[in-house]
Amino acid sequence: MTVRSEVPGDVKADEEAVRLTTQPKPVGLPRKGDLFGPLRIGWRQLTSMRTALLLLFLLALASVPGGFLPQRRINPLRVNQYIAQHPTAGPLMDRLRLFDVFSSPWFSAIYLLLFVSLVGCLIPRSRLHLKALTSKPPKVPRSIAKLPVNDRWETTDGVDDVLQQASTALRGWRVVRREHEISAEKGYLRETGNLVFHLSLILLLVGIALGAFRGFKATVLVKEGKGFSNTIISFDDVQPGRRFSASSLVPFSVHLDAFRATYGPDGKALTFDAAVHWAPLGGAEKTDDIRVNHPLDVGGAKTYLIGHGYAPHIIVKDTTGAVIDDQLVACLPQNAQFLSTCVIKEANTTGTQFGFRGVFTPTTVTDSTGHVGSSYPGLRNPVLTVAAFVGDLGVDPGTPQSVYNLDTSAMTPVDGGQAHALLPGQVFHLPGGASLTYVDTKQWATFQVTQDPGKGLALVASIGMVGGLMLSLFIRRRRLWVRVRAGGTDGAPTTVEVGGLARTDPERYALEFAALVRQLRPKALSTVVEE
Amino acid sequence: MTDQSLGQLGDGLLLATVVVYALAMLGYAGEQASRKARRAVTSVRASSQVLVGAGGPSVTLPAETVTVETPSRSGRFAVALTAFGWAVHVTSLVLRGFAAHRVPWGNMYEFSSAVALVAVTFFLVLVARGRVERALGAFVMLPVVLYLGLASSVLYTAAGPLVPALNSYWIKIHVAAAIMASGSFLLSGVVALLYLLRSRYDAQLTARRTPHFPVSLGAQLPTAPVLDRVSYSVIAFAFPVWTFAIIAGGIWAESAWGRYWGWDPKETWSFITWVLYAGYLHARATAGWKGKKAAWVAVAAAGALIVDYYVVNIFVVGLHSYA
Ligand code: HEM
Repeated sequence: MTVRSEVPGDVKADEEAVRLTTQPKPVGLPRKGDLFGPLRIGWRQLTSMRTALLLLFLLALASVPGGFLPQRRINPLRVNQYIAQHPTAGPLMDRLRLFDVFSSPWFSAIYLLLFVSLVGCLIPRSRLHLKALTSKPPKVPRSIAKLPVNDRWETTDGVDDVLQQASTALRGWRVVRREHEISAEKGYLRETGNLVFHLSLILLLVGIALGAFRGFKATVLVKEGKGFSNTIISFDDVQPGRRFSASSLVPFSVHLDAFRATYGPDGKALTFDAAVHWAPLGGAEKTDDIRVNHPLDVGGAKTYLIGHGYAPHIIVKDTTGAVIDDQLVACLPQNAQFLSTCVIKEANTTGTQFGFRGVFTPTTVTDSTGHVGSSYPGLRNPVLTVAAFVGDLGVDPGTPQSVYNLDTSAMTPVDGGQAHALLPGQVFHLPGGASLTYVDTKQWATFQVTQDPGKGLALVASIGMVGGLMLSLFIRRRRLWVRVRAGGTDGAPTTVEVGGLARTDPERYALEFAALVRQLRPKALSTVVEE
Repeated sequence: MTDQSLGQLGDGLLLATVVVYALAMLGYAGEQASRKARRAVTSVRASSQVLVGAGGPSVTLPAETVTVETPSRSGRFAVALTAFGWAVHVTSLVLRGFAAHRVPWGNMYEFSSAVALVAVTFFLVLVARGRVERALGAFVMLPVVLYLGLASSVLYTAAGPLVPALNSYWIKIHVAAAIMASGSFLLSGVVALLYLLRSRYDAQLTARRTPHFPVSLGAQLPTAPVLDRVSYSVIAFAFPVWTFAIIAGGIWAESAWGRYWGWDPKETWSFITWVLYAGYLHARATAGWKGKKAAWVAVAAAGALIVDYYVVNIFVVGLHSYA
């Protein structure tokens, strides 16, 4: 089928005249004998509006499980919990990658296809638009009366006068005069904006990919008075991108001088503030405050405050009275009132080892059954409640052990496991003369360091998206044509025909058109009203 | 005045707003009831009249010219009431802001109120500009009243300070843009539903069937093409604003949480909403998808937006659960 060649030239020109977009045309059938026909059709199909639409819907649909189910990248604990609670469906859902939606093969397939379609669609559209930008507005359609807005009148003015007036009235439009006709067009920026928007989508993807491959994210828990340096080994948890190289880590170190949190009377957090001093490698030390919404930025590596908790200061003495431990113990908060759990291990003693399991409560309340709780996250009435164990901690130099877990399988509880509530300054005396002193309370903070080399590009792309969208949605692309017929030698009046077409908002264009016509026709002789 | 009594005054004014809006709704409905009797009188909408005035050019007007009935006192009163309710609404939000010493959109209660304010503002602007008949008022005010009623009962939160993560100047930008887009999107969702209703009504008439309630309400509505266009214009305005809101949110998240995007449930639903609206704009440019199918996409997108605000905030655990 070669529909196009059967179309007479002027019909094709008319089609061209009313086409105000670079939108791909619906896909037709392959030409006979075209070996690459099916391929070509397949490609055209992939880059068609219909496919783009379908893929957009698929993308939205594929994101839905990610919006309802816990996701491993954000909250691995809740994923495990969910799987444990759904022993049959859970593992199956896991195999379908429903807990890793946004890194799943099916999600990737959809967005990659969408972007292939986008690239394939953008190339011809950009070429078409470039052509439109550099060429003249199309010829006047044969039948102006068929255009959505049109008018026709007679005047005693000469042909040139009318055309001159029209050119003047069409200031701001791109105007071309062909003999007794004028073609004018306005609003090219609409299509430009649309292309900029779609192009920015691709740039955004590149920016995201750059961050994912070359970026770096790590967290570290720091007690007051301690610090860390931006090196792989000093972090507790590191998530490097697939193509990350340690040499791109910005060298600096941070020291936490003090952490302070303030709370409202209802216990809601008001402010968090980590007072630090930091220094680039070999540079001078500076002081700063790292707060929520206020990270420390060192050469593109940003340090964020992401968590905090209490760290009771304890001193442990052995049976001889010698201090064997003097440290801040990082206790992990378990609820919004900062009831926190603590573990203390004394592995470096000669003979029996000590272990302590504790609960720290910043504002302590004791219920009728003797259970301690916390009623406020701030430090109003701190108590460290500890139970002691003696025996073998099971520490094996070969296998690292979590500092937050105490394995008591080879230990015996002291006092039958009875917990002792200590106020600051109080001492827990163990059998044989050893002791644990709760000195006072300090705090810890967790910091996250991120380096994202794609961030700048993503921001630029985002600006392109919004700018492109505004042009594309607020600018109206429209055409206007004027055809003037001379009255002949016998003094018959000149006939003027004007018609126009807009791609969007035909009502607004009708008003604009009417205003233009009113400027042009003050000297009209009579009105020829069209049906 | 103390902050507390200021906040209470603001809350009281919001309730007053709901009452005034409800009265306005009755006014619109009253106009429609009286309109039935006078259906015969039709003329071309004022802004189009220039086009057909004596000696003016002949313009093939879009077939779906809006018809305006002889002005009814009830209808004009309803618009005046809406405008008055709007002023009370604005005052209520401003007082909230003063009571809490911050922008008045820090929790879901305030947020919902602001979203409804945007929808009403947009509706008033459309009516004032003559882009839509005020007859639409009854159908717009009903969901607004229900929404505000629900917000001030179920989601009520007394005026208070913000949690630290929300305490940034980006909240003003990000949330203001999100509110502006959301109010517009919800309005467009209502109009898209009305478009579907009107289309069904037209189809039944064409098939010579008698429309029953609720399809029979279609008779009270503007024509389907007008509704379609209004829904589109509102979305065309809101989509770049929503895009900007998401980007501003990314900038804020970058400074608060150390990443600009993390597929947090709220981010995920904003993304779904965004993609669905992009789908709507595409659908309107795709052969075979214009009209009813596109309208369903707009309704689905508004649904995703509601999930984003209410289902996610209340039922799904994430960083954004601040209400
Ligand atoms: C990556 C996903 C995509 C998104 C988020 C997206 C989004 C959008 C949006 C929001 C618009 C509305 C702008 C306007 O109406 O002027 C639009 C228009 C358009 N898009 Fe896409 N798009 C995507 C992919 C594609 C693809 C793959 C194609 C190729 C077929 C395409 C072709 C078009 C065209 C031709 C228009 C203009 C429609 C018209 O002429 O009114 N888009 N797109």
